[in-house]
Amino acid sequence: MKYISEFRDPSLAQALAKAIQRESDPSNHYRLMEFCGGHTHAIYRYGLKDLLPDNVEFIHGPGCPVCVLPASRIDQAIKIQSKSDAILCTYADLMRVPATKGHSLLKAKAHGADIRMVYSPVDALRISQQEPDREVIFFALGFETTTPPTAVIIKAAEALGLKHFSVFCNHVLTPAALEAILNPPDQQINVDGFIGPSHVSTIIGSDVYKPFARQYQKPIVIAGFEPLDILQSILMLIKQLNKGSYTVENQYKRAVSSSGNTKAQMLTAEVFDVVDQFTWRGLGELPDSALRINNRYKYLDAEEKFPVEMTVVSEHKHCLCPSVIRGRNKPLDCKLFAKACTPENPLGACMVSSEGACAAYWSYGRFKDEAAFQPAPQEVKIYK
Amino acid sequence: MTAFSPYAPLDIKHGKVNMAHGSGGRTSAQLIEHLFKKHLGNELLNQNNDQALFEIGAGRMVMTTDSHVVSPLFFPGGNIGSLAIHGTVNDLVMSGALPLYLSAGFILEEGFPLIALEEIVISMARAADFASVKIITGDTKVVERGKGDGVYINTSGVGIVPDGVHLSGSFAQVGDAILLSGSIGDHGTAVLSSRENLEFETEIISDSASLEGLVKIMIDKTPSIRCMRDPTRGGLACTLNELALQSGVGIAIEEKHIPIKPQVRAACELLGLDPLYIANEGKLVCICPAAAAEELCATMRSHPLGLDSQIIGLVTKDERCFVQMKTTLGGMRMVDWLAAEQLPRIC
Ligand code: SF4
Repeated sequence: MKYISEFRDPSLAQALAKAIQRESDPSNHYRLMEFCGGHTHAIYRYGLKDLLPDNVEFIHGPGCPVCVLPASRIDQAIKIQSKSDAILCTYADLMRVPATKGHSLLKAKAHGADIRMVYSPVDALRISQQEPDREVIFFALGFETTTPPTAVIIKAAEALGLKHFSVFCNHVLTPAALEAILNPPDQQINVDGFIGPSHVSTIIGSDVYKPFARQYQKPIVIAGFEPLDILQSILMLIKQLNKGSYTVENQYKRAVSSSGNTKAQMLTAEVFDVVDQFTWRGLGELPDSALRINNRYKYLDAEEKFPVEMTVVSEHKHCLCPSVIRGRNKPLDCKLFAKACTPENPLGACMVSSEGACAAYWSYGRFKDEAAFQPAPQEVKIYK
Repeated sequence: MTAFSPYAPLDIKHGKVNMAHGSGGRTSAQLIEHLFKKHLGNELLNQNNDQALFEIGAGRMVMTTDSHVVSPLFFPGGNIGSLAIHGTVNDLVMSGALPLYLSAGFILEEGFPLIALEEIVISMARAADFASVKIITGDTKVVERGKGDGVYINTSGVGIVPDGVHLSGSFAQVGDAILLSGSIGDHGTAVLSSRENLEFETEIISDSASLEGLVKIMIDKTPSIRCMRDPTRGGLACTLNELALQSGVGIAIEEKHIPIKPQVRAACELLGLDPLYIANEGKLVCICPAAAAEELCATMRSHPLGLDSQIIGLVTKDERCFVQMKTTLGGMRMVDWLAAEQLPRIC
């Protein structure tokens, strides 16, 4: 804990805030995107915006794996579970994520589906060993950080000869999302620099970002999740922007190397292939943006084992998530914000988990916008 | 304990709850006699009626009820039995009442070991004794195996509010001070870490305790107290939001004044939880006029259950009834209601 508190020291934070004040040019506007939900969370949790000058603006990116998972995948998981009568093991965060027609894993569980909350993939493996006659499916999701543990359990399941174990794979890739933000269909980019992923970069390394920085001429600073990490990387970004430079810098050197964790990368490559297309909630269909279990381990893929019909899902027509995630709109610009769309009843990706841009703004930031805020009606029913 | 016992002895050491224990027949009576009455017995419970008859003095009564469904049933610092007493006693005393009598309803799962049940009942007896309350009526039902989590306990309670004491969550006024009786998050993280088998260097122990003693000295010393509430489910954050809404005011607190034990902080860090939203079972929040706050805080600190008491913030004018917090780094954040059960994050 001492280790952590060092990165939350109030006097150091004040010193960094002063340095940022000094460095920032009042005639400039700095639009900085934090890619990861973890950063969004820390920014609100510590009220970091209050320490910064008004012309430094945060844009909350798409980096929360729960938020970007489309409703159709939740539908699919519910269908696979009911078809196989399996024990579906999932992270607690996923339970409330809206599927279509107001469904969710939480509701499926209430209706009798055997859905269990786990803390790690290993828990799912253990359940499979304890209940060898039941099918056990692990709902895998997350960016590059959570992929190697999934690879580990897939290999372990084979080594243990587990007959009734499979994985529903929803692992997504950070570079594809970055590309989607930097290269949108209309070429309009509203971001000046990036606070780069923290945990993800420990796996993929900092070099991966170099082509993006170069091609799109945007500085990227890989930053840790602690408040001082974030403040320091803001200072580094502002310095770069003032100089007009656009390189990849690594603030999180205590954990991230240039090439990342090659062992973990190899493990991932051994078990997964990149899929051609994957739909992201908020960003739409993105090429080369997700992983699937490869042919070698196909027999452990829940989608192969229990094929079900896919639902086609369109997002709410007034939801501004695609442009909130890209920094063109603020949560308050959305007609649904705080009215139909609240953390209790999320309609779009950004409201799903506490790390989403709209949810974070709702939970921690809305007291600032006096005029704009209307209290939400107690209960809003959208689905019949 | 009655001298004459017509019921066959109960094998508590090896026995298990079975369906007959809830049937109302001889087996039920055996369980009541040899387990419940043995530990909880008093002159009112031992009347053996389906209801307890008691005299009431003058004054106003308060009544409350609470069902307890904690899992696991045993956790560091207590078990479902002690919790069932503390929870209801605390709900009574937050009104300034003197707690008197409780009822206890048990829902037992078929197959539950009697020895574990006895341990729970003994803890109830101890907790009730400590809080000077009596359990004067009870009920037992048994559900089939697989239809319950071992034991559920409902307790209801009544108490008497002394003349001149009038507390309510709607009494907070702009400028009032907000006090907290000690560290937050102990109970919730103790339960969670025993559920998940998380091990920490220092064990996290639930703060489960009944607060009648602390409340009594507070009210004696500071009659101007506006309200008290125990921040149980939903934690400090939800309690403050409730009070703000009830009184139509805002609340501003300072993070640096809120005591959190290092091991609780570490557990929350690990599980991705915010201690502000974690349940407490032996803490209270109190609002009083600012002028009385320092003295009240000193009074609270003189009690073993209030050693770490702090003035954590004040009541502000805000029609939106928002609760805000100045963070340790000096920024402001909102402390919102909990949207749903607080769940661990994954990355
Ligand atoms: S408020 Fe809801 S619907 Fe609107 S952009 Fe945010 S998440 Fe989408």
